[in-house]
Amino acid sequence: MPEILVRLDGVEKRFGAVQALLDVELTFSRGECLGLVGHNGAGKSTLMNVLAGTVSPDNGRINIGADDLTRGYDVTVAHRRGIRCVFQELSLCPNLTVAENARVLHPALKGFGWRRRAGELIIGKLDEVFPGHGVRAGDVVGDLSIARRQMVEIARAFSVTDVAADLVILDEPTSSLDSVVAAQLLAFVRRYVGSGGSCVLISHLLGEILSTADRIAVMVDGKVVDVRAATDHSRDSLVATMGSVAKDERQANGAATESKRVDNALKVRARPAGQTLGPELLVHRGEIVGLAGLAGHGQTEMLGHIYANRGRAPAGMQIDGPVTLVAGDRQTDGIFPLWSIARNITVCSMREMLRYLLVQSQSEKTMAEDWRQRIGIRTPDMNNNILSLSGGNQQKALFARALGAEADIVLMDDPMRGVDVGTKQEVYAIIREEAARGRCFIWYTTEMDELFHCDHVYVFRNREIVADLARHEMTEEKVLHSSFEAAA
Amino acid sequence: MNAARPAARPAIVTRVLEQPWLWAYLGALLVWLATITFTQGQGAGEVISAALAFGTFSVIVGIGQMYVITLGPGNVDLSIPATMTFAGAVSMKIMGTQDAMIPLGFLIAIGCGASVGVFNYGLIRLLRIPPIIATLSSSFLFQSAAIAYGRGIKIKPPPILADFATARIAGLPILALVTILFAALMAVVLHRTVYGRSVVAVGQNPRAAHFSGISVDFIRFVTYVLSATLAGICGYFLSGFSGGASLNMGAEFLLASIAVVVIGGTSVAGGYANVSGLWGAALFMFLLVTMLNTFGLGAGVRLVMTGVIIIAVITVAGGKSANS
Repeated sequence: MPEILVRLDGVEKRFGAVQALLDVELTFSRGECLGLVGHNGAGKSTLMNVLAGTVSPDNGRINIGADDLTRGYDVTVAHRRGIRCVFQELSLCPNLTVAENARVLHPALKGFGWRRRAGELIIGKLDEVFPGHGVRAGDVVGDLSIARRQMVEIARAFSVTDVAADLVILDEPTSSLDSVVAAQLLAFVRRYVGSGGSCVLISHLLGEILSTADRIAVMVDGKVVDVRAATDHSRDSLVATMGSVAKDERQANGAATESKRVDNALKVRARPAGQTLGPELLVHRGEIVGLAGLAGHGQTEMLGHIYANRGRAPAGMQIDGPVTLVAGDRQTDGIFPLWSIARNITVCSMREMLRYLLVQSQSEKTMAEDWRQRIGIRTPDMNNNILSLSGGNQQKALFARALGAEADIVLMDDPMRGVDVGTKQEVYAIIREEAARGRCFIWYTTEMDELFHCDHVYVFRNREIVADLARHEMTEEKVLHSSFEAAA
Repeated sequence: MNAARPAARPAIVTRVLEQPWLWAYLGALLVWLATITFTQGQGAGEVISAALAFGTFSVIVGIGQMYVITLGPGNVDLSIPATMTFAGAVSMKIMGTQDAMIPLGFLIAIGCGASVGVFNYGLIRLLRIPPIIATLSSSFLFQSAAIAYGRGIKIKPPPILADFATARIAGLPILALVTILFAALMAVVLHRTVYGRSVVAVGQNPRAAHFSGISVDFIRFVTYVLSATLAGICGYFLSGFSGGASLNMGAEFLLASIAVVVIGGTSVAGGYANVSGLWGAALFMFLLVTMLNTFGLGAGVRLVMTGVIIIAVITVAGGKSANS
């Protein structure tokens, strides 16, 4: 029987009308990785916030070791007892360097030369977890790509000065990482657990959970409905426990996609800035085009480049029609935190709702209600603040904003980060439907599965397009091969 | 509008209590009651009339400052006093006390203000100077320009302009009534037009605004020009009201323009603005000084009390919006 580190007993939490956690019992043991799965809004993040001390529960007990620490339990106590957390919304200070951010978590790094020691600590950990990470201690966090920020955040959580890191919570840690870096992380988690650490892994990628976790807890509507050894589960049994049915999305439809290129007008023609030779990005009416490759190899910049040149025709580029973008980095590129859900959705469509120069509230309301039903935003009232939604539902609101706008060309910047399986299927269906109506999509994704929804895939490496694959010739191996060619 | 938050109280009570302008009006009312209690009811009406007359000018520049502050952290217009002086001096001198020149003088005041705004945003955008430094340095330039142009003499306004600026209907200043209507108009602009929504969006998240198809630079440009233009208009009417353009006429409006915005319930961090609160705050600020005068307190005590009371009001009112 492994030593139990933390025991949660009857934990409950309510936010206004929403019961986020209901009578949750869960134990976390030394030398074990616990996988935590469930739909968006099932309460995973809330539960982890309780464990990390950032949210105090309404009811229930928190035991660490043999001590009942429920009273006055907060972040400081949690940290002192070795509980660390990597949250879904990154928590690094963007204006500080990597080393300075390490110091924020480790007050023990003080006195003359703390910056150097903090740098050594964090870079040492990065080398250990993510060999070849390319981050320097003096880099300002705000200048790093989201993947590198996530790597720093993870390395920081595992780094140790005066307090041990016994239990590390990883909330969607791989959602902004490409497959290679994600594999490095998961391998490290196994080593860490093997050396007696304890880890909680939250992920919507069930393969990761099945391969990495020892035990899997499934949450539905704020309750833990099932805890079992990972070996007792298969992908299908997990999905069934979560309460949705996974469809096989990889059926071939290659024949239909070729005709789109022949019959339909060219909407976008572009090359990454700085690339003069090689394949061009071509997008036709009604096409879904995927941007693949390792994270941070110029895909997001490509989308930004197209967006910035909308409505213009710079040399060597063609952008035919209005453009809209679905942000992947919700907090920085997407949401307006002081506005309601409704207003966050309608912001792109204000101009279509004008009458005598005034935005008509009735049109706003109608549009918000339409999209609430169409895309299934889970809220009692669209006038609630956008932050009252869970991460996945915020993302749905961003989809509604972009799809509701009158734009022929929709750019998507890895928008499915932290979105649950069921929601993804709904959104995929909407994308296909909109494409059939003549819209075109340019979709950067870090998930291999999503590329199989695309008619055409362009693989990026070192900020250039290195491969151009039509649907029928695309395989996972080809994409990976192109992504790594130079490195191999 | 976006104040809706889950709560157990009846909806209407919650909505009223959550209005950030409530505290400014409440403060103004309490201060007024304290004053007339002290004078045993004497001059109750006159005090309100005077508060409206003087508050008008704070509100005109406050509207511009509010739009600028709503653009987000770091955005503030410190050139308001210099712009008022500059526009006042130039327009008064060109009109040269001739009534026929009044419309031209008004356009000149607007032109002066707008030019300052364009110059300010030029510094901010092209030279990448932070707004606080850019507007401060441009205020030195325009204050000096006003001194050079006016040679330090008080330039008198045309008689009809002076009459209009001080005229009253049923004891209420006409200029204040016009400004109330203007404030209502600017509230509609803020909440219902594409421009107003864009200002609020940029203030909350400029990157998200950019990706929502809002031209962030253009919105900022228009807003700085708007603020300076309103300062020019304010300088024009203040010159008419106080018998001429003097070189220090804008001085008190640097703090006043910011104070009415903050006390009125607009978020200093940007992205949330409130026009109705401006009037409450302007009345409160004037009535506060009047009350302390009435109590016969010396200038030193008066300044200390003003500071303390403003801090108190912001603490009470700001405590509610801090957790939104």
